[in-house]
Amino acid sequence: MHDIAAQATNFIDLNIITILYLLFVGFVGGLVSGFIGSGGAFVMTPAMMSLGVPGLVAVASNMCHKFPKALVGALKRAKYGQVDWKIGLVIGVSAEAGVLYGAHIQEGIKKSFGEAGSNLYVSVAFVVILAIVGGFVLRDAIKTYRSGTTNDEEKVTKIAKWVQSVNIPYTMVYFKSLNARVSVLFTIPIGFATGMLAATIAVGGFIGVPAMIYVLGAPSLMASASELVIAFVMGMGGSFKYALHGLVDIRLAMIILCGSLFGIQLGAIGTTYVKGYVIKLVMGTIMVIVLFSRALMVPVYLSQLNLIQPLNEMTVKVLKNTSFAIMMIALLVGAFIVLTSIWKGRRTEQQQLAAEKAVAHGKI
Amino acid sequence: MAATYTKKKPVGMMVLTGIISIALYAALLLKQDYINATFAHGGLYAFLPILTAFVFSIFHGSFTSNFWTVIGIEASKKKKEVK
Repeated sequence: MHDIAAQATNFIDLNIITILYLLFVGFVGGLVSGFIGSGGAFVMTPAMMSLGVPGLVAVASNMCHKFPKALVGALKRAKYGQVDWKIGLVIGVSAEAGVLYGAHIQEGIKKSFGEAGSNLYVSVAFVVILAIVGGFVLRDAIKTYRSGTTNDEEKVTKIAKWVQSVNIPYTMVYFKSLNARVSVLFTIPIGFATGMLAATIAVGGFIGVPAMIYVLGAPSLMASASELVIAFVMGMGGSFKYALHGLVDIRLAMIILCGSLFGIQLGAIGTTYVKGYVIKLVMGTIMVIVLFSRALMVPVYLSQLNLIQPLNEMTVKVLKNTSFAIMMIALLVGAFIVLTSIWKGRRTEQQQLAAEKAVAHGKI
Repeated sequence: MAATYTKKKPVGMMVLTGIISIALYAALLLKQDYINATFAHGGLYAFLPILTAFVFSIFHGSFTSNFWTVIGIEASKKKKEVK
């Protein structure tokens, strides 16, 4: 508790460079989150820590920028008919339980194996989950692109068809995004896993969105939009928990929010120009790149736990900086795909409108 | 002859929410010592950062939305609803 109190009063001084840096990271993170429903937040905590912000304050402030951002993004995407509020709230509530349990596991690991043990657990979770889920999502997006079926309606997977066919009395709920009734006994574990991942690697959406698509049968656009509702519910609960200990640096949270609200609006607009597979492409690409970022840190933590030969200081520094750089690259690559999609989509639409006008005026 | 409709851009709303947004950020940064000290108390004061986040998101969220509309970046006119 003394540690927490010490961190709470240890808020950093802000200067113009720090503010501009946070605004930029916030904008890029928001852009990606507005598009794929999550994924922008994982870089915020290390970005703040690189400025000297204590770990817990960085996590707390990140969460406090995340929930209002997610709310604004969800409201924007709801205007496009992409949000299923019910599925977001149902999964969001169970995700909250997952966050609490995930945080409890983290504390236990930290007590038993120290800071390095906890970091190793987080990195291994990152690598394993991102390799399996990210690899699958990216493969699916590439497969769709290569098959030339990008304009077709997304196919519901066999698992999702089975999930939708199971009827468990008193647990069935109709979800608009699935256009089917599904038992909450399926949505609860998905929410719980999303929350656990959010508590571990700060991005629950890397489980939540693929699960809604492949396990429940939601279209990619609706899954990514509904994930924003889940992020709002989880983020608000988490922020309150940290705020109870006075850990939220509201200046950092609101400065990141300033940039990220510009980004999330643009990312949300971008979704109206793309097909579902582009959402999968951005998400899968980011997940696979981030996986390498975290994998680089595994030897550092293994050496700190004396499980391998100790690494020298220089090697540790190089690995840490490279890991952070790869994480930023992941976000920038995602942002690049989003911006390119918007640009291409707008250009195509403008050309079509011009052609239609020309026909209407009898020029053609 | 088909009439063409041009949707009015929300310039006034953008300016208004922009001013409120700037005022909120100015207040936050100018009074940062007092705000940090108050919010760091924890306990019942935990409602303050949550409330702050909501207030900022309402005004700044509205400003950013109007900003993109005013500069001409809008959602696709063809695809409004996901099926």
